Amino acid sequence: MTELGSTPAQTVGPYLAIGLPWPDGPYATVEDAEHAVWIRGIVYDGAGVPVPDALVETWQADQYGRFASPADSNEVATGFRGFGRCPTDLEGLYGIRTVRPGPVREPDGVEQAPHIDVAVFARGLLHQVVTRIYFPENERANAADPVLTRVPMERRDTLIARIGPDGYRFDVRLQGAGETVFFDV
Amino acid sequence: MRSPRQRSEPTEHGGYRRDPEGTHPPLDSPSYRSTVLRHPKQPLILLPHRMTELTGPVFGEDRIGPVDHDLTRQHAAEPQGQRIIVHGRLLDGNGKPVPHSLVEIWQANAGGRYRHTGDRWPSPLDPNFDGVGRTLTDARGNYEFITIKPGAYPWGNHDNAWRPAHIHFSLFGTAFPQRLVTQMYFPDDPLFAQDPIFNSVPDPAARQRMVSEFDLARTVDHWALAFRFDIVLRGSAATPFEDEEHEA
Ligand SMILES: [Fe+3]
Repeated sequence: MTELGSTPAQTVGPYLAIGLPWPDGPYATVEDAEHAVWIRGIVYDGAGVPVPDALVETWQADQYGRFASPADSNEVATGFRGFGRCPTDLEGLYGIRTVRPGPVREPDGVEQAPHIDVAVFARGLLHQVVTRIYFPENERANAADPVLTRVPMERRDTLIARIGPDGYRFDVRLQGAGETVFFDV
Repeated sequence: MRSPRQRSEPTEHGGYRRDPEGTHPPLDSPSYRSTVLRHPKQPLILLPHRMTELTGPVFGEDRIGPVDHDLTRQHAAEPQGQRIIVHGRLLDGNGKPVPHSLVEIWQANAGGRYRHTGDRWPSPLDPNFDGVGRTLTDARGNYEFITIKPGAYPWGNHDNAWRPAHIHFSLFGTAFPQRLVTQMYFPDDPLFAQDPIFNSVPDPAARQRMVSEFDLARTVDHWALAFRFDIVLRGSAATPFEDEEHEA
């Protein structure tokens, strides 16, 4: 078995907007899917200034905890893609149309609390940063989640979305006060 | 960024191997000024790979238009510049091709100008060049684009700063930890030495993996030069482990 070294990551640079956004990018599920919500948020830099040249990508299970991937043998809900991609606008705002995922039952019996994997790309980020969105309704499951419990208690709230007018709010703070927890994936 | 304590945890069975230190740029790379306010200061927390990380989106032909792979045929006339073929294989860290996987690229035109409102570098836009391409790898992990060689461009990071010619690449592989956005460079570029983005990769051997090779065999007489750029995404830790079991 040959092990090959990975190609290094590089920044998306300031002009990612010509190459990466898709017209249907923000739709992790079809627009009119049952229980579809928006998750919106602002990406901030270390000075608290919104980042207008970032891209947020999301990956998640459907409401039954199933992934739209060949590695998951279960069928997902109709119209569910599970992947969302949205550039930030001039105010640093992104939005993903999706459904709140169900808990994910692992082959070893462990149950993960409902969550969304998030990757953030931007000018000035030489490698994407990865975080997770959890949900405020799932207090019990969150307290037992195998990933969330690795996070120091005082920083866990940076990973929990807030309830907003038409869905959820999840801001990303790249640096400084209230810095979002990022993972070594 | 990634502390040795976290890295020493074993890679869980079924997960993706973690890259050796020095493969990827540290997020805190002060010579690239935009990193100063954008890199996290708290340590990253190790994410064991579970279902969410063992899966990833798959995209099909429906996402690709008929000339998306040929950046010289997206307008009524051809763009200015040196026509080139950029091709290669998409592999995982076990040397296995990644078939039917989405490859996205974007780049500047021959004069180093992007079709983006934020690009104010006074080199003309080319009405026949958008600089955006998309394709899927074939069953053996091969991809190919036809484009023009992008120009270098100034960027104000430091005195007389110029980015070496490059093409931005975006890859998915089959699982979330394989997601990669990188840049392809051209061989022997004299601008490498002063570029903090290229040099942000600490390991010189890893840095070299971002440099394409001139490929004489794939040039087309009286038509195009060719460059080969193989891309390696992280390998699954499960595969060699299972192989060992079978061989034992
Ligand atoms: Fe660029």
